[in-house]
Amino acid sequence: MSADPFTNRKPETGAFFQRDRSWHPPAFSPNYKTSILRSPQKALLSLDSTLSEITGPVFGHNILGELDDDLIHNFAKQGESAIGPRIIVYGRVLDERGKGVPGVLLEVWQANAGGRYRHKKEGYVAALDPNFGGCGRTITDGEGNYAFRTVKPGPYPWPNGVNDWRPAHIHFSVFGHGFAQRLITQMYFEGDPLIWRCPIVRTIPDKAAVEMLIAALDMQATIPMDACAYKFDIVLRGRRSSLFENRLEGN
Amino acid sequence: MAQSLNRLKESPSQTAGPYVHIGMTPNFCGIEGVYAEDLGAVMVNDKTKGERITVRARVFDGAGAPLKDALIEIWQADADGLYDSPAEMRGKADPDFTGWGRKATDMDTGECVFETIKPGRVPFRDGRKMAPHINFWIVARGINVGLNTRMYFPDEEKANGEDPVLARIEHRQRVATLIAERAADGTYLFDIHLQGEKETVFFDV
Repeated sequence: MSADPFTNRKPETGAFFQRDRSWHPPAFSPNYKTSILRSPQKALLSLDSTLSEITGPVFGHNILGELDDDLIHNFAKQGESAIGPRIIVYGRVLDERGKGVPGVLLEVWQANAGGRYRHKKEGYVAALDPNFGGCGRTITDGEGNYAFRTVKPGPYPWPNGVNDWRPAHIHFSVFGHGFAQRLITQMYFEGDPLIWRCPIVRTIPDKAAVEMLIAALDMQATIPMDACAYKFDIVLRGRRSSLFENRLEGN
Repeated sequence: MAQSLNRLKESPSQTAGPYVHIGMTPNFCGIEGVYAEDLGAVMVNDKTKGERITVRARVFDGAGAPLKDALIEIWQADADGLYDSPAEMRGKADPDFTGWGRKATDMDTGECVFETIKPGRVPFRDGRKMAPHINFWIVARGINVGLNTRMYFPDEEKANGEDPVLARIEHRQRVATLIAERAADGTYLFDIHLQGEKETVFFDV
């Protein structure tokens, strides 16, 4: 973790742009019932980034196994593969300034093609796929690009309302370069009619913000007779330039 | 009209959901053979410098029940107050300490345990020293945006008294929500309350 994977770049040490909390979902969003007892009621204490937030762990490609970015095969028996529509998910990790973010660890998890998660607390009647685990990870290249291969997850019923169904989705955990950039989100699929009905999607107040989470079908990146492609870019917080900051810390 | 700033908006957060373990601690939830070990499970080795400590953390909801499906990450400086990060410009952190840990809360007890070291002091923006602290980030089902807080140490009364971040807390009785308890066996207990009378101070950092 300590090796700097971008030795030709000077690390940036500026404070992060303030997070727009009206763009993100509010903590208390009662139509998503579990948030009711799990949301702080007091105001957050605002704090301009200190070294504790400007710094963060960075992971080298050496942590990755050969099949970590291939969910079709990373849990499958030798010579077999997961069942379901084969897809490639690719995109870039950028920051709010539009710069590609290299060396970003992306971890993904999802249900199988029938909407069933491989988890002991999960009892949905849809069958497990013996060749599908549901986890994957990759690290962005020097320009912030990433890609992984998987099967398209199915929608999934959940005990919120009596008949609530999650749209097909893939969970993403994203590391930037500072601990304050840490982000977890979900990717949805273009054209899914369940998106706009979902109480978790609807915790996000702004339609344009929801649309940032909907991956676009990309026929140009699709591999004919093999896998459809979806493009999903992720934007992390930008950071201020530290060039003219007259501060004692950081340099 | 002026020029456009060409800024992008940050991707909005969504909850980690109840099955966060599948992606972030797969071995913990029984998905074995994909990754050799769960990331962040081990922070120290035999050569790590500093005082070994054990931190036992729990997260409680507004009804006082511990969360059994939360995931906690911690981020801290080494014994000399240096972070193992490319953005650390003051020196090279201990190569035998990762500074970063990740644990899921136990599915029965709601507790998670970090074996780590006591961090050194790190300067605040103006150069004053912050008290030793461990940065916490908590995600779970029902939490729409990950929550940031800090754990401080009960045996650092003087440093805590000088800490510029703790000094920002207007309601002074709430400072105590960020200070761990020392148990009889020497471990540090840090209970995080999401809501209600004992609500922990969370930061917008």
